[in-house]
Amino acid sequence: MKEQDIAILEQKFQEKIDNDIKIEPNDWMPDAYRNTLIRQISQHAHSEIVGMLPEGNWITRAPNLRRKAVLLAKVQDEAGHGLYLYSATETLGADREQTIDDLHSGVAKYSSIFNYPTLSWADMGAVGWLVDGAAIMNQVPLCRCSYGPYARAMVRVCKEESFHQRQGFEIMMKLAAGTPEQKEMAQDALNRFWWPAIMMFGPNDAESKHTAQSMKWKIKRHTNDELRQQFIDVTVPQAELIGLTIPDPLLKFNEATGHYEHGPIDWDEFWEVVKGNGPCNKDRVDARRKAKENGLWVRQAALAHAEKKKLRKQAS
Amino acid sequence: MSNKDNWPLWEVFIRSKQGLNHKHVGSLRAVDAEMAVENARDVYTRRSEGISIWVVESNNVFASDPSEAPELYEPSDSKIYRHPTFYTVPDSISHM
Ligand SMILES: [Fe+2]
Ligand SMILES: [Fe+2]
Repeated sequence: MKEQDIAILEQKFQEKIDNDIKIEPNDWMPDAYRNTLIRQISQHAHSEIVGMLPEGNWITRAPNLRRKAVLLAKVQDEAGHGLYLYSATETLGADREQTIDDLHSGVAKYSSIFNYPTLSWADMGAVGWLVDGAAIMNQVPLCRCSYGPYARAMVRVCKEESFHQRQGFEIMMKLAAGTPEQKEMAQDALNRFWWPAIMMFGPNDAESKHTAQSMKWKIKRHTNDELRQQFIDVTVPQAELIGLTIPDPLLKFNEATGHYEHGPIDWDEFWEVVKGNGPCNKDRVDARRKAKENGLWVRQAALAHAEKKKLRKQAS
Repeated sequence: MSNKDNWPLWEVFIRSKQGLNHKHVGSLRAVDAEMAVENARDVYTRRSEGISIWVVESNNVFASDPSEAPELYEPSDSKIYRHPTFYTVPDSISHM
């Protein structure tokens, strides 16, 4: 295609975006838009799948049958979210297995929050309340993303997410109202997950190199700092309500702006974890790689069995 | 994993309740149609979203070309006499 033709197509493409017309798989799109989406959606998919590990860790040790059933249902939902998202990357022409191999080789990232360990049952509360809560904050605007299949996947995901956050908050609420030891356990979980949770929104706007282009393409609707602020504003009163303390001595409400102001975020820690040096990075990727390798013979056998069944049917 | 180990891709359609059409809800991978239906049940009907499932292998779907949309749909745009609002009838006429 001539450069001039591409310029016209690009202009028409941007006009569609500006007019809130969704882009669908077979529509023309700039390579950079396609590649940005493949990167973002596959990393989102990896986050759902890797995110099953810290919670899967507690399924067999849930304190009672109700909690166990709930946690199992939540983790199963996350597997579904991963599937919807991998499917969305496939509509862009990405090879699903390749995107998964990129995760295993460290080329592709996933949300850093899942590189922290879940040490006590209260962490199931903190993860549902804070991690799913932050994910919802990020995902709700994605329901209006310009790429149709991603937006539709997000609508399903958001519908399913709301119970995730509630069940987590319920765990925290119960523990916070329990014995002093139980309350201390809840506070300890909040202490460990608060800062990683607010880092989930990504670097400050000034450091975020993709934000401007993604906003122009309507892949992103709000900046990292806007979403982070929104999350803090809704979450602080929730902690107060159940008698837990946000581990930020500098946190204060600004009457004039109506927003909370928070202390400095430890971005060195954030980048260390992104680079692979968090407490569980290696365990998480190893677990995923092993799952793929150990499951290979099952996938091959299922395929061979289906082939045999088909041949038998044709013969009869 | 080499390409030959990849399971085929299926498109999933769900009837949400008796009397409604099956509607496309997403896709998944499965070795055959039976497994595709079972997986669709697990993935797309966990919250009573459906009472009937269709699966179609994705490479059997032939889609119209978006770049041909103007030619394909122009005839229906230009024939406004196909719509009842094209015709004027006296106000005194009812039930029409
Ligand atoms: Fe999720
Ligand atoms: Fe979730």
